[in-house]
Amino acid sequence: MTTPAAETLPAISQAAPSNSLLRLTMRRLFRQRNAIIGATILAFLILVAIFAPALAPYDPTLSLLDIEPVTIRQEPCIHLFGCPEDQAQHIMGLDGNARDQFSRVIFGTRISLFIGFSTVGLAIIIGTLLGAVAGYAGGWLDNVIMRLMDVLLAFPSFLLAIAIITVLGRGLQNALYAIAIVNIPHFARLIRASVLSIKEQEFVAATRALGASPVWILMKRILPNALPPLIVQATLSIAGAILEAAALSFLGLGAQEPASEWGTMLGRERGQVFTAPYLVFYPGFAIMLTVLAFNLLGDGLRDAMDPRLSQVSKR
Amino acid sequence: MKQYILRRLILSIPVLIGILIATFAIARLIPGDPCTAALGERATVEVCEAFNKRMGLDQPIYIQLGIYMRDVLTGNLGDSIRFSRPVFVIVVEKLPVTLELGIVALALAVLVGVPAGILSAIKRNSPIDIATMIGANVGVSMPVYWLGLMLAYLFAVLLKDTPFWLPPSGRLTAGLSATPFYEAWGLHINSNTFGYPVFEFISNLFIVNSIITLNFKILGDTLKHLILPATALSTIPMSIIARITRSSMLEVLGQDYIRTARAKGLLERLVITRHALRNALLPIITIIGLQVGTLFAGAVLTETIFSLSGVGRSLFDAITGRDFPVIQGFTVIIAMGYVGVNLLTDIAYAMVDPRIKLD
Repeated sequence: MTTPAAETLPAISQAAPSNSLLRLTMRRLFRQRNAIIGATILAFLILVAIFAPALAPYDPTLSLLDIEPVTIRQEPCIHLFGCPEDQAQHIMGLDGNARDQFSRVIFGTRISLFIGFSTVGLAIIIGTLLGAVAGYAGGWLDNVIMRLMDVLLAFPSFLLAIAIITVLGRGLQNALYAIAIVNIPHFARLIRASVLSIKEQEFVAATRALGASPVWILMKRILPNALPPLIVQATLSIAGAILEAAALSFLGLGAQEPASEWGTMLGRERGQVFTAPYLVFYPGFAIMLTVLAFNLLGDGLRDAMDPRLSQVSKR
Repeated sequence: MKQYILRRLILSIPVLIGILIATFAIARLIPGDPCTAALGERATVEVCEAFNKRMGLDQPIYIQLGIYMRDVLTGNLGDSIRFSRPVFVIVVEKLPVTLELGIVALALAVLVGVPAGILSAIKRNSPIDIATMIGANVGVSMPVYWLGLMLAYLFAVLLKDTPFWLPPSGRLTAGLSATPFYEAWGLHINSNTFGYPVFEFISNLFIVNSIITLNFKILGDTLKHLILPATALSTIPMSIIARITRSSMLEVLGQDYIRTARAKGLLERLVITRHALRNALLPIITIIGLQVGTLFAGAVLTETIFSLSGVGRSLFDAITGRDFPVIQGFTVIIAMGYVGVNLLTDIAYAMVDPRIKLD
């Protein structure tokens, strides 16, 4: 009489928590005003990034000087707002190389989202590895890894990124590495803490007694439990990464011409802010909108996953 | 309390040693030869050898480290390769610019952020609360340099010829200069006088210098030039402080002792200031301490936008120009400032929270 029930019970109780936690989180998430706004903006940006070639009226790197009767840094021309119909429409104006600013801003979405996801992805992979090894191995290895992380955290992150780029050299790729490195300690600490708190619990001990390897325990038992804080940290880190990458490009250390990167665009035209403010306004606004989307989503996720912790401690 | 401060001071020493080693390592890792950076690409081998010998760059790396640590501890930060001036003198010149900017920005962030957070918490879900939180979310996502440029455009171009016009760059209007206080007081001080760097440092703090010499024209002009950069720089810290204050206050306002205080008929104003705010202060102080890092990163960008020749901008220039001694000197000063701020944060903690003193 007991056998069928005993066999199905564990399966249910094992599946139920993760399933209902996910559903609960989603339900809470969609009750968060911030999260909905953030997710909506983000969905819009992702669509813009995917369909950039279809949305952009011009090639973002093409100078229109010899193609249309235009001048460099030409003011925005919007037909809807009274710009003569016989003139070509450039709703955000033309930049210093007579390229269509609107097309460049659209293509910039691709670069910024790529920067955000790739740097944080890299930081998560390396940080998780370091944190897991430190937490699982303990002893001197733990000490060495975590003191190294402390040193990285001791410097203001933006300055550390500048210093790393000076060692590696300028360019978008090196800027990505620099931002990833700066973000590693946050993830290493988070995963190490999760490993430490979970590895002594009974269900992990039971798995170990069954002969599971440390890697299997890590992948199947520890990481799933560390996922909620990891997702929150990742979302907020993406916001920071996009902001920092744009700042590095603004200073001329990150993406280089002719890349349609918002920070680079802003940095190149900053001297023209008094005569052609539209060339500074739009890229900056795009940066702000993207960072805002991730920040709102991150806050919403945190509240949804832990209702007790209402917006305390931002990183 | 004294013992507590002393113990915290001693604990800072290993951190400082670590910082010295790290700055030494970073400066040596930067690619490029300091000799060609200083003397140009066409410097001959012989000239570079002599240069390396003079700068101690021909010694083994551990001896260079030893010399470096001894020098820093005796207050000798070396000479700038590019400017052939003592780094210490450059610090005395640039640090006041950044300090003035940073302190005004932090003051602005605290003076606006904390009350906004408190108001938001008291009037939870009111239009004030919603507006504040929208502002804080947007503020924290703002690229500092973009905000700075837009403010400069708004106040220097659009509001030109109105009383709201504000200067978009520099520390003082061209033609004005701040007379150092020691000159105004008729003291005979030159670069050989004992304590000259201290006099120079104070006189480079234009706000302090103009107040003690009662030169209100310069004071007004200095503040006018500080408004835009300080506002831009303060936005992110202000937003973070407002959010933390709000959530910390909300947490405390839900406690039983607040209900007790209200139940015994205490004035709402006293409930908020004496019971709630004092208990909500700890996370607020922590976050204010943490903002110093944000401020410094922001200073590099803000100083670039507003043509202020401070530590942030100079350090960036030194890194791109491979000026090792300046990089090391500035980083050490900044890192020491960090350690100092952390120390002050901890002491402020102990003063706010009586429980800590007993440990």
